[in-house]
Amino acid sequence: MSILTDLLMMLLVLTNLRMLASSRVAVCIQNVAIQAVVLGAITFSLSAHAAIAAGVIVVAISTVAVKGLVLPWLLRRAMKGAGIGREIEPFVGYASSVLIGAVLLGLCFVIARPLRDTSHAGASMLIPVAMFTILTGLFIIISRRKALTQVLGYLTMENGVCVFGVSLAVEEPLLVEMGILLDVLVGVFVMGIVIHQINREFDHIDTDRLSVLKD
Amino acid sequence: MIILASIIHVVLALSLSPLLIGVINRVKAKFAGRRGRPLLQLYYDLWKLLHKGAVYSTTTTWVFRTGPLVGISAVLVAISLVPLGRVPALAAFDGDIILLAYVLGLMRFMTVLAALDTGSAFEGMGAGREVQFSLLAEPALLLGVGALSISTGDWSLSGIYGSLFSDGLAAVAPTAVMVAASLLIILLAENSRIPVDDPNTHLELTMIHEVMVLDHGGVDLAFIQYAAALKLWVFCALFVGVALPLQMHWPLVDLAFGMAGVFIVAMVIGVIESTMARLRLLRVPQMLVVSAVLAMIAVLWALR
Repeated sequence: MSILTDLLMMLLVLTNLRMLASSRVAVCIQNVAIQAVVLGAITFSLSAHAAIAAGVIVVAISTVAVKGLVLPWLLRRAMKGAGIGREIEPFVGYASSVLIGAVLLGLCFVIARPLRDTSHAGASMLIPVAMFTILTGLFIIISRRKALTQVLGYLTMENGVCVFGVSLAVEEPLLVEMGILLDVLVGVFVMGIVIHQINREFDHIDTDRLSVLKD
Repeated sequence: MIILASIIHVVLALSLSPLLIGVINRVKAKFAGRRGRPLLQLYYDLWKLLHKGAVYSTTTTWVFRTGPLVGISAVLVAISLVPLGRVPALAAFDGDIILLAYVLGLMRFMTVLAALDTGSAFEGMGAGREVQFSLLAEPALLLGVGALSISTGDWSLSGIYGSLFSDGLAAVAPTAVMVAASLLIILLAENSRIPVDDPNTHLELTMIHEVMVLDHGGVDLAFIQYAAALKLWVFCALFVGVALPLQMHWPLVDLAFGMAGVFIVAMVIGVIESTMARLRLLRVPQMLVVSAVLAMIAVLWALR
Protein backbone atom coordinates (compact mmCIF):
# COMPACT_ATOMS: atom_id res chain seq x y z
CA MET A 1 0.00 0.00 0.00
CA SER A 2 3.03 2.23 0.13
CA ILE A 3 2.49 3.35 -3.48
CA LEU A 4 -1.02 4.53 -2.61
CA THR A 5 0.24 6.46 0.40
CA ASP A 6 3.00 8.01 -1.70
CA LEU A 7 0.57 9.13 -4.37
CA LEU A 8 -1.75 10.59 -1.71
CA MET A 9 1.21 12.48 -0.25
CA MET A 10 1.96 13.80 -3.70
CA LEU A 11 -1.65 14.89 -4.03
CA LEU A 12 -1.36 16.75 -0.74
CA VAL A 13 1.78 18.52 -1.98
CA LEU A 14 -0.03 19.44 -5.20
CA THR A 15 -3.06 20.82 -3.35
CA ASN A 16 -0.67 22.95 -1.28
CA LEU A 17 0.87 24.34 -4.44
CA ARG A 18 -2.58 24.98 -5.91
CA MET A 19 -3.40 26.85 -2.73
CA LEU A 20 -0.32 29.02 -3.24
CA ALA A 21 -0.99 29.55 -6.93
CA SER A 22 -4.69 30.31 -7.09
CA SER A 23 -6.15 33.74 -6.64
CA ARG A 24 -9.78 32.62 -6.52
CA VAL A 25 -11.11 32.19 -3.01
CA ALA A 26 -13.59 29.54 -4.19
CA VAL A 27 -10.72 27.42 -5.53
CA CYS A 28 -8.88 27.75 -2.21
CA ILE A 29 -11.97 26.64 -0.28
CA GLN A 30 -12.38 23.64 -2.57
CA ASN A 31 -8.70 22.93 -2.07
CA VAL A 32 -9.01 22.79 1.70
CA ALA A 33 -11.93 20.38 1.29
CA ILE A 34 -9.87 18.15 -1.02
CA GLN A 35 -7.05 18.17 1.52
CA ALA A 36 -9.45 16.95 4.20
CA VAL A 37 -10.56 14.05 1.99
CA VAL A 38 -6.94 13.18 1.17
CA LEU A 39 -6.22 13.29 4.90
CA GLY A 40 -8.92 10.71 5.56
CA ALA A 41 -7.67 8.53 2.71
CA ILE A 42 -4.11 8.67 4.09
CA THR A 43 -5.30 7.38 7.43
CA PHE A 44 -7.03 4.45 5.72
CA SER A 45 -4.09 3.65 3.46
CA LEU A 46 -1.83 3.59 6.53
CA SER A 47 -4.20 1.33 8.41
CA ALA A 48 -3.56 -1.27 5.72
CA HIS A 49 -0.02 -1.95 6.89
CA ALA A 50 -0.05 -0.81 10.50
CA ALA A 51 -2.54 -1.75 13.13
CA ILE A 52 -4.63 1.34 13.70
CA ALA A 53 -7.18 1.57 16.44
CA ALA A 54 -10.85 1.98 15.70
CA GLY A 55 -10.75 5.39 17.38
CA VAL A 56 -8.38 6.72 14.72
CA ILE A 57 -10.78 5.58 12.02
CA VAL A 58 -13.62 7.40 13.75
CA VAL A 59 -11.47 10.53 13.93
CA ALA A 60 -10.62 10.19 10.23
CA ILE A 61 -14.25 9.93 9.22
CA SER A 62 -15.30 12.87 11.36
CA THR A 63 -12.35 14.87 10.03
CA VAL A 64 -13.54 14.35 6.48
CA ALA A 65 -17.10 15.24 7.47
CA VAL A 66 -16.22 18.40 9.37
CA LYS A 67 -13.32 19.73 7.28
CA GLY A 68 -14.51 18.44 3.96
CA LEU A 69 -18.18 19.38 4.17
CA VAL A 70 -19.15 21.64 7.08
CA LEU A 71 -16.27 24.11 7.04
CA PRO A 72 -16.25 24.62 3.24
CA TRP A 73 -19.99 25.30 3.43
CA LEU A 74 -19.45 27.87 6.22
CA LEU A 75 -16.60 29.52 4.33
CA ARG A 76 -18.54 29.67 1.07
CA ARG A 77 -21.31 31.44 2.93
CA ALA A 78 -18.81 33.90 4.39
CA MET A 79 -17.38 34.44 0.91
CA LYS A 80 -20.78 35.21 -0.58
CA GLY A 81 -21.64 37.42 2.38
CA ALA A 82 -18.48 39.45 2.01
CA GLY A 83 -18.87 39.52 -1.76
CA ILE A 84 -15.27 38.72 -2.63
CA GLY A 85 -14.36 36.38 -5.49
CA ARG A 86 -10.63 36.62 -5.54
CA GLU A 87 -7.64 37.82 -3.61
CA ILE A 88 -6.33 40.91 -5.36
CA GLU A 89 -2.83 42.19 -4.66
CA PRO A 90 -1.43 39.72 -2.16
CA PHE A 91 1.76 40.75 -0.40
CA VAL A 92 3.66 38.07 -2.33
CA GLY A 93 2.75 37.34 -5.97
CA TYR A 94 1.43 33.96 -7.07
CA ALA A 95 4.37 32.83 -9.18
CA SER A 96 6.82 33.76 -6.41
CA SER A 97 4.54 32.06 -3.86
CA VAL A 98 4.78 28.80 -5.82
CA LEU A 99 8.56 29.11 -6.07
CA ILE A 100 8.81 29.82 -2.34
CA GLY A 101 6.59 26.76 -1.83
CA ALA A 102 9.07 24.60 -3.74
CA VAL A 103 11.93 25.97 -1.62
CA LEU A 104 9.93 25.27 1.54
CA LEU A 105 9.36 21.70 0.40
CA GLY A 106 13.09 21.22 -0.09
CA LEU A 107 13.70 22.68 3.36
CA CYS A 108 11.16 20.29 4.88
CA PHE A 109 12.87 17.29 3.26
CA VAL A 110 16.17 18.38 4.78
CA ILE A 111 14.71 19.05 8.24
CA ALA A 112 12.75 15.81 8.30
CA ARG A 113 15.73 13.63 7.42
CA PRO A 114 16.66 12.78 11.03
CA LEU A 115 13.01 12.13 11.88
CA ARG A 116 12.43 9.62 9.14
CA ASP A 117 12.73 6.47 11.27
CA THR A 118 10.08 7.55 13.73
CA SER A 119 7.18 7.33 11.30
CA HIS A 120 5.36 4.31 9.93
CA ALA A 121 7.23 1.91 7.73
CA GLY A 122 6.69 2.62 4.04
CA ALA A 123 5.53 6.15 4.63
CA SER A 124 8.73 8.07 5.06
CA MET A 125 7.20 11.05 3.28
CA LEU A 126 4.59 11.72 5.94
CA ILE A 127 6.68 14.00 8.14
CA PRO A 128 8.17 16.25 5.44
CA VAL A 129 4.80 16.58 3.74
CA ALA A 130 3.10 17.38 7.05
CA MET A 131 5.70 20.04 7.76
CA PHE A 132 5.30 21.41 4.26
CA THR A 133 1.53 21.68 4.72
CA ILE A 134 1.98 23.51 8.02
CA LEU A 135 4.50 25.92 6.48
CA THR A 136 2.26 26.51 3.46
CA GLY A 137 -0.59 27.45 5.79
CA LEU A 138 1.65 29.82 7.74
CA PHE A 139 2.94 31.36 4.54
CA ILE A 140 -0.60 31.98 3.28
CA ILE A 141 -1.52 33.62 6.56
CA ILE A 142 1.37 36.08 6.36
CA SER A 143 1.31 36.73 2.62
CA ARG A 144 -2.38 37.31 1.87
CA ARG A 145 -4.43 40.38 2.56
CA LYS A 146 -8.01 39.16 2.89
CA ALA A 147 -9.22 37.83 6.21
CA LEU A 148 -10.98 34.94 4.47
CA THR A 149 -7.82 33.74 2.72
CA GLN A 150 -6.02 33.89 6.04
CA VAL A 151 -8.66 31.66 7.57
CA LEU A 152 -8.00 29.23 4.70
CA GLY A 153 -4.30 29.40 5.54
CA TYR A 154 -5.14 28.52 9.11
CA LEU A 155 -7.16 25.53 7.93
CA THR A 156 -4.32 24.35 5.71
CA MET A 157 -1.99 24.58 8.68
CA GLU A 158 -4.46 22.57 10.74
CA ASN A 159 -4.55 19.91 8.02
CA GLY A 160 -0.78 19.73 8.26
CA VAL A 161 -0.97 19.26 12.02
CA CYS A 162 -3.45 16.46 11.41
CA VAL A 163 -1.08 14.67 8.99
CA PHE A 164 1.65 15.08 11.57
CA GLY A 165 -0.60 13.41 14.15
CA VAL A 166 -1.38 10.54 11.81
CA SER A 167 2.30 10.04 11.06
CA LEU A 168 3.50 9.91 14.64
CA ALA A 169 0.82 8.22 16.67
CA VAL A 170 -0.82 4.96 15.77
CA GLU A 171 -3.13 5.28 18.73
CA GLU A 172 -4.11 8.80 19.52
CA PRO A 173 -6.38 9.60 22.40
CA LEU A 174 -9.78 9.88 20.80
CA LEU A 175 -10.90 12.63 23.13
CA VAL A 176 -7.93 14.89 22.29
CA GLU A 177 -8.44 14.53 18.55
CA MET A 178 -12.13 15.20 18.81
CA GLY A 179 -11.37 18.20 21.00
CA ILE A 180 -9.03 19.62 18.35
CA LEU A 181 -11.63 19.06 15.68
CA LEU A 182 -14.28 20.83 17.74
CA ASP A 183 -11.85 23.69 18.37
CA VAL A 184 -11.25 24.12 14.65
CA LEU A 185 -14.95 23.98 13.92
CA VAL A 186 -15.82 26.59 16.52
CA GLY A 187 -12.78 28.67 15.55
CA VAL A 188 -13.76 28.83 11.90
CA PHE A 189 -17.36 29.47 12.89
CA VAL A 190 -16.28 32.47 14.96
CA MET A 191 -13.93 33.66 12.22
CA GLY A 192 -16.81 33.52 9.74
CA ILE A 193 -18.87 35.75 11.99
CA VAL A 194 -15.92 38.10 12.52
CA ILE A 195 -15.37 38.33 8.75
CA HIS A 196 -19.02 39.21 8.37
CA GLN A 197 -18.75 41.93 11.01
CA ILE A 198 -15.53 43.39 9.57
CA ASN A 199 -17.14 43.48 6.18
CA ARG A 200 -20.26 45.22 7.50
CA GLU A 201 -18.21 47.78 9.36
CA PHE A 202 -15.61 48.66 6.74
CA ASP A 203 -17.02 47.34 3.43
CA HIS A 204 -13.89 45.22 2.83
CA ILE A 205 -11.92 42.55 4.63
CA ASP A 206 -8.37 43.71 4.04
CA THR A 207 -6.60 42.99 7.30
CA ASP A 208 -3.67 45.30 6.65
CA ARG A 209 -5.93 48.29 7.21
CA LEU A 210 -6.95 46.93 10.59
CA SER A 211 -3.47 47.66 11.93
CA VAL A 212 -4.07 51.41 11.80
CA LEU A 213 -7.37 51.08 13.58
CA LYS A 214 -7.86 53.59 16.41
CA ASP A 215 -10.78 54.00 18.73
CA MET B 1 17.14 -6.46 -32.79
CA ILE B 2 17.29 -3.40 -30.56
CA ILE B 3 19.30 -1.41 -33.09
CA LEU B 4 16.76 -2.41 -35.74
CA ALA B 5 13.94 -1.04 -33.58
CA SER B 6 15.87 2.20 -33.11
CA ILE B 7 16.37 2.58 -36.85
CA ILE B 8 12.70 1.82 -37.51
CA HIS B 9 11.78 4.45 -34.92
CA VAL B 10 13.80 7.14 -36.67
CA VAL B 11 12.38 6.17 -40.09
CA LEU B 12 8.83 6.20 -38.73
CA ALA B 13 9.41 9.53 -36.97
CA LEU B 14 10.68 11.09 -40.20
CA SER B 15 7.80 9.76 -42.24
CA LEU B 16 4.88 9.96 -39.79
CA SER B 17 5.46 13.18 -37.86
CA PRO B 18 3.35 15.31 -40.27
CA LEU B 19 0.54 12.81 -39.69
CA LEU B 20 0.72 13.73 -35.98
CA ILE B 21 -0.35 17.28 -36.82
CA GLY B 22 -3.11 15.80 -38.97
CA VAL B 23 -4.39 13.74 -36.05
CA ILE B 24 -4.44 16.78 -33.76
CA ASN B 25 -6.37 18.81 -36.33
CA ARG B 26 -8.80 15.95 -36.94
CA VAL B 27 -9.56 15.64 -33.20
CA LYS B 28 -10.10 19.39 -33.00
CA ALA B 29 -12.42 19.27 -36.01
CA LYS B 30 -14.45 16.43 -34.47
CA PHE B 31 -14.84 18.41 -31.25
CA ALA B 32 -16.04 21.44 -33.19
CA GLY B 33 -18.45 19.32 -35.24
CA ARG B 34 -16.61 19.94 -38.49
CA ARG B 35 -15.45 17.38 -40.99
CA GLY B 36 -11.93 18.78 -40.83
CA ARG B 37 -9.10 18.88 -43.29
CA PRO B 38 -7.60 15.64 -44.62
CA LEU B 39 -5.34 13.72 -42.24
CA LEU B 40 -2.53 14.05 -44.76
CA GLN B 41 -2.96 17.80 -45.27
CA LEU B 42 0.51 18.68 -43.99
CA TYR B 43 2.07 16.26 -46.52
CA TYR B 44 0.20 18.03 -49.33
CA ASP B 45 1.30 21.41 -47.96
CA LEU B 46 4.91 20.31 -47.75
CA TRP B 47 4.79 18.89 -51.27
CA LYS B 48 3.31 22.11 -52.62
CA LEU B 49 5.81 24.31 -50.76
CA LEU B 50 8.79 22.24 -51.89
CA HIS B 51 7.91 22.96 -55.50
CA LYS B 52 7.76 26.69 -55.01
CA GLY B 53 10.47 29.25 -55.35
CA ALA B 54 11.31 31.67 -52.60
CA VAL B 55 11.12 35.44 -52.47
CA TYR B 56 13.62 37.15 -50.20
CA SER B 57 13.26 40.69 -48.96
CA THR B 58 16.21 42.96 -49.68
CA THR B 59 16.44 43.77 -45.96
CA THR B 60 17.36 40.20 -45.09
CA THR B 61 20.84 38.76 -45.07
CA TRP B 62 22.24 35.23 -45.09
CA VAL B 63 21.03 34.81 -41.50
CA PHE B 64 17.44 34.74 -42.72
CA ARG B 65 18.21 31.91 -45.15
CA THR B 66 20.24 29.92 -42.64
CA GLY B 67 17.43 29.86 -40.04
CA PRO B 68 15.27 27.10 -41.54
CA LEU B 69 18.30 25.02 -42.57
CA VAL B 70 19.83 25.05 -39.11
CA GLY B 71 16.37 24.41 -37.67
CA ILE B 72 15.78 21.26 -39.62
CA SER B 73 19.31 19.91 -39.12
CA ALA B 74 19.05 20.56 -35.38
CA VAL B 75 15.78 18.71 -35.09
CA LEU B 76 17.18 15.80 -37.14
CA VAL B 77 19.96 15.49 -34.56
CA ALA B 78 17.33 15.67 -31.83
CA ILE B 79 15.25 12.86 -33.33
CA SER B 80 18.30 10.57 -33.36
CA LEU B 81 18.90 11.35 -29.66
CA VAL B 82 15.42 10.72 -28.33
CA PRO B 83 14.27 7.28 -27.18
CA LEU B 84 10.69 6.23 -27.80
CA GLY B 85 9.38 4.60 -24.66
CA ARG B 86 11.65 1.60 -24.04
CA VAL B 87 13.18 1.72 -27.52
CA PRO B 88 16.63 3.29 -27.17
CA ALA B 89 17.69 6.19 -29.35
CA LEU B 90 19.94 5.82 -32.35
CA ALA B 91 22.76 7.54 -30.46
CA ALA B 92 23.07 7.39 -26.69
CA PHE B 93 25.79 8.60 -24.37
CA ASP B 94 26.06 10.05 -20.86
CA GLY B 95 24.50 13.48 -20.65
CA ASP B 96 22.84 13.40 -24.06
CA ILE B 97 19.84 15.24 -22.59
CA ILE B 98 21.98 18.36 -22.46
CA LEU B 99 22.81 18.01 -26.13
CA LEU B 100 19.13 17.42 -26.88
CA ALA B 101 18.05 20.50 -24.93
CA TYR B 102 20.63 22.73 -26.55
CA VAL B 103 20.17 21.37 -30.07
CA LEU B 104 16.53 22.43 -29.69
CA GLY B 105 17.83 25.67 -28.18
CA LEU B 106 20.01 26.23 -31.26
CA MET B 107 16.99 25.67 -33.48
CA ARG B 108 15.06 28.30 -31.52
CA PHE B 109 18.02 30.68 -31.54
CA MET B 110 18.35 30.54 -35.32
CA THR B 111 14.58 30.97 -35.82
CA VAL B 112 14.70 34.02 -33.56
CA LEU B 113 17.71 35.45 -35.42
CA ALA B 114 16.01 34.90 -38.77
CA ALA B 115 12.91 36.63 -37.44
CA LEU B 116 14.90 39.58 -36.17
CA ASP B 117 16.77 39.75 -39.49
CA THR B 118 13.60 40.74 -41.33
CA GLY B 119 13.44 43.96 -39.36
CA SER B 120 9.69 43.53 -38.85
CA ALA B 121 8.35 44.87 -35.57
CA PHE B 122 5.82 42.05 -35.25
CA GLU B 123 8.43 39.37 -35.74
CA GLY B 124 10.61 41.04 -33.15
CA MET B 125 7.71 40.90 -30.72
CA GLY B 126 7.11 37.21 -31.42
CA ALA B 127 10.83 36.52 -31.02
CA GLY B 128 10.82 38.28 -27.65
CA ARG B 129 7.92 36.16 -26.41
CA GLU B 130 9.40 32.93 -27.71
CA VAL B 131 12.66 33.61 -25.90
CA GLN B 132 10.89 34.62 -22.69
CA PHE B 133 8.82 31.46 -22.55
CA SER B 134 11.61 29.09 -23.51
CA LEU B 135 13.73 30.67 -20.80
CA LEU B 136 11.26 29.21 -18.32
CA ALA B 137 10.60 25.94 -20.15
CA GLU B 138 14.22 24.87 -20.51
CA PRO B 139 15.10 24.51 -16.80
CA ALA B 140 11.85 22.61 -16.31
CA LEU B 141 12.84 20.11 -19.01
CA LEU B 142 16.34 19.63 -17.61
CA LEU B 143 15.08 19.33 -14.02
CA GLY B 144 12.44 16.80 -15.06
CA VAL B 145 14.88 14.55 -16.86
CA GLY B 146 17.32 15.13 -14.00
CA ALA B 147 14.74 13.73 -11.58
CA LEU B 148 14.35 10.61 -13.72
CA SER B 149 18.11 10.33 -13.93
CA ILE B 150 18.44 10.46 -10.14
CA SER B 151 15.77 7.83 -9.58
CA THR B 152 17.27 5.43 -12.15
CA GLY B 153 20.94 6.22 -11.58
CA ASP B 154 21.53 6.38 -15.32
CA TRP B 155 22.90 9.35 -17.23
CA SER B 156 21.85 8.82 -20.83
CA LEU B 157 18.30 9.32 -22.05
CA SER B 158 18.03 5.80 -23.47
CA GLY B 159 19.41 4.34 -20.24
CA ILE B 160 16.99 6.37 -18.11
CA TYR B 161 13.94 5.45 -20.16
CA GLY B 162 15.04 1.86 -20.54
CA SER B 163 15.36 1.20 -16.81
CA LEU B 164 12.71 3.59 -15.50
CA PHE B 165 10.06 1.00 -14.71
CA SER B 166 12.27 -2.07 -14.43
CA ASP B 167 12.23 -2.00 -10.58
CA GLY B 168 8.47 -2.03 -10.55
CA LEU B 169 6.02 0.80 -10.66
CA ALA B 170 5.97 1.59 -6.94
CA ALA B 171 9.52 2.90 -6.70
CA VAL B 172 9.21 5.63 -9.30
CA ALA B 173 5.46 6.27 -9.56
CA PRO B 174 5.31 9.65 -7.75
CA THR B 175 8.39 10.99 -9.55
CA ALA B 176 7.13 9.74 -12.91
CA VAL B 177 3.70 11.34 -12.39
CA MET B 178 5.25 14.70 -11.54
CA VAL B 179 7.71 14.59 -14.42
CA ALA B 180 4.96 13.55 -16.82
CA ALA B 181 2.78 16.49 -15.74
CA SER B 182 5.71 18.86 -16.08
CA LEU B 183 6.67 17.45 -19.49
CA LEU B 184 3.10 17.80 -20.77
CA ILE B 185 3.13 21.53 -19.98
CA ILE B 186 6.54 21.90 -21.63
CA LEU B 187 5.30 19.96 -24.65
CA LEU B 188 2.38 22.36 -25.08
CA ALA B 189 4.58 25.41 -24.59
CA GLU B 190 7.50 24.35 -26.77
CA ASN B 191 5.32 23.30 -29.67
CA SER B 192 3.16 26.43 -29.41
CA ARG B 193 -0.06 24.53 -28.77
CA ILE B 194 -3.18 26.12 -27.38
CA PRO B 195 -2.95 27.12 -23.74
CA VAL B 196 0.23 28.97 -24.68
CA ASP B 197 -0.11 29.83 -28.35
CA ASP B 198 -2.69 29.20 -31.03
CA PRO B 199 -1.14 27.54 -34.08
CA ASN B 200 -4.08 28.63 -36.26
CA THR B 201 -4.27 32.25 -35.32
CA HIS B 202 -3.31 34.90 -37.81
CA LEU B 203 -3.45 37.87 -35.54
CA GLU B 204 0.10 39.09 -35.13
CA LEU B 205 -0.50 40.76 -31.80
CA THR B 206 -1.18 37.47 -30.02
CA MET B 207 1.00 35.10 -31.99
CA ILE B 208 4.23 33.72 -30.63
CA HIS B 209 5.77 31.12 -32.84
CA GLU B 210 3.81 31.60 -36.06
CA VAL B 211 4.61 35.28 -36.20
CA MET B 212 8.31 34.57 -36.43
CA VAL B 213 7.95 32.67 -39.70
CA LEU B 214 5.61 35.10 -41.48
CA ASP B 215 8.27 36.17 -43.95
CA HIS B 216 9.42 32.69 -44.88
CA GLY B 217 8.01 31.05 -47.96
CA GLY B 218 8.48 28.16 -50.35
CA VAL B 219 11.08 25.58 -49.44
CA ASP B 220 12.07 27.48 -46.30
CA LEU B 221 8.52 27.34 -44.98
CA ALA B 222 8.32 23.65 -45.83
CA PHE B 223 11.47 23.06 -43.79
CA ILE B 224 10.08 25.07 -40.88
CA GLN B 225 6.78 23.20 -40.85
CA TYR B 226 8.44 19.81 -41.15
CA ALA B 227 10.89 20.74 -38.38
CA ALA B 228 7.97 21.80 -36.17
CA ALA B 229 6.27 18.43 -36.75
CA LEU B 230 9.50 16.58 -35.90
CA LYS B 231 9.94 18.68 -32.76
CA LEU B 232 6.43 17.73 -31.69
CA TRP B 233 7.41 14.10 -32.21
CA VAL B 234 10.54 14.54 -30.04
CA PHE B 235 8.50 15.92 -27.14
CA CYS B 236 5.72 13.33 -27.57
CA ALA B 237 8.34 10.57 -27.42
CA LEU B 238 9.87 12.06 -24.25
CA PHE B 239 6.42 12.28 -22.66
CA VAL B 240 5.33 8.77 -23.70
CA GLY B 241 8.44 7.28 -22.11
CA VAL B 242 7.41 8.61 -18.69
CA ALA B 243 3.65 8.31 -18.98
CA LEU B 244 3.47 4.77 -20.37
CA PRO B 245 4.73 2.31 -17.74
CA LEU B 246 5.03 -0.68 -20.05
CA GLN B 247 8.06 -2.79 -20.74
CA MET B 248 7.80 -5.88 -22.92
CA HIS B 249 11.50 -6.65 -23.47
CA TRP B 250 10.73 -7.30 -27.13
CA PRO B 251 12.05 -4.23 -28.93
CA LEU B 252 9.51 -4.38 -31.75
CA VAL B 253 6.55 -4.73 -29.38
CA ASP B 254 7.90 -1.86 -27.29
CA LEU B 255 8.19 0.12 -30.50
CA ALA B 256 4.56 -0.60 -31.36
CA PHE B 257 3.46 0.52 -27.88
CA GLY B 258 5.58 3.65 -28.19
CA MET B 259 4.07 4.50 -31.57
CA ALA B 260 0.56 3.97 -30.23
CA GLY B 261 1.51 6.18 -27.27
CA VAL B 262 2.73 9.00 -29.51
CA PHE B 263 -0.54 9.06 -31.44
CA ILE B 264 -2.58 8.89 -28.23
CA VAL B 265 -0.61 11.92 -26.99
CA ALA B 266 -1.51 13.67 -30.25
CA MET B 267 -5.17 12.96 -29.55
CA VAL B 268 -4.78 14.23 -25.97
CA ILE B 269 -3.26 17.44 -27.35
CA GLY B 270 -6.27 17.73 -29.66
CA VAL B 271 -8.63 17.32 -26.71
CA ILE B 272 -6.70 19.88 -24.64
CA GLU B 273 -6.78 22.33 -27.54
CA SER B 274 -10.51 21.88 -28.01
CA THR B 275 -11.48 22.17 -24.37
CA MET B 276 -9.14 24.89 -23.16
CA ALA B 277 -8.99 28.55 -23.96
CA ARG B 278 -5.73 30.26 -24.70
CA LEU B 279 -4.15 31.75 -21.62
CA ARG B 280 -3.52 35.44 -21.41
CA LEU B 281 0.11 36.15 -22.25
CA LEU B 282 0.72 37.31 -18.69
CA ARG B 283 -0.46 33.96 -17.34
CA VAL B 284 1.80 31.83 -19.53
CA PRO B 285 4.98 32.40 -17.48
CA GLN B 286 2.98 31.42 -14.41
CA MET B 287 2.06 28.09 -16.00
CA LEU B 288 5.67 27.48 -16.97
CA VAL B 289 6.80 28.28 -13.43
CA VAL B 290 4.33 25.66 -12.21
CA SER B 291 5.86 23.12 -14.60
CA ALA B 292 9.34 23.99 -13.34
CA VAL B 293 8.14 23.63 -9.74
CA LEU B 294 6.61 20.23 -10.53
CA ALA B 295 9.94 19.13 -11.96
CA MET B 296 11.71 20.53 -8.90
CA ILE B 297 9.42 18.55 -6.61
CA ALA B 298 10.15 15.44 -8.66
CA VAL B 299 13.86 16.05 -8.09
CA LEU B 300 13.32 16.49 -4.34
CA TRP B 301 11.16 13.38 -4.24
CA ALA B 302 13.81 11.36 -6.05
CA LEU B 303 16.58 12.73 -3.82
CA ARG B 304 14.99 11.97 -0.45
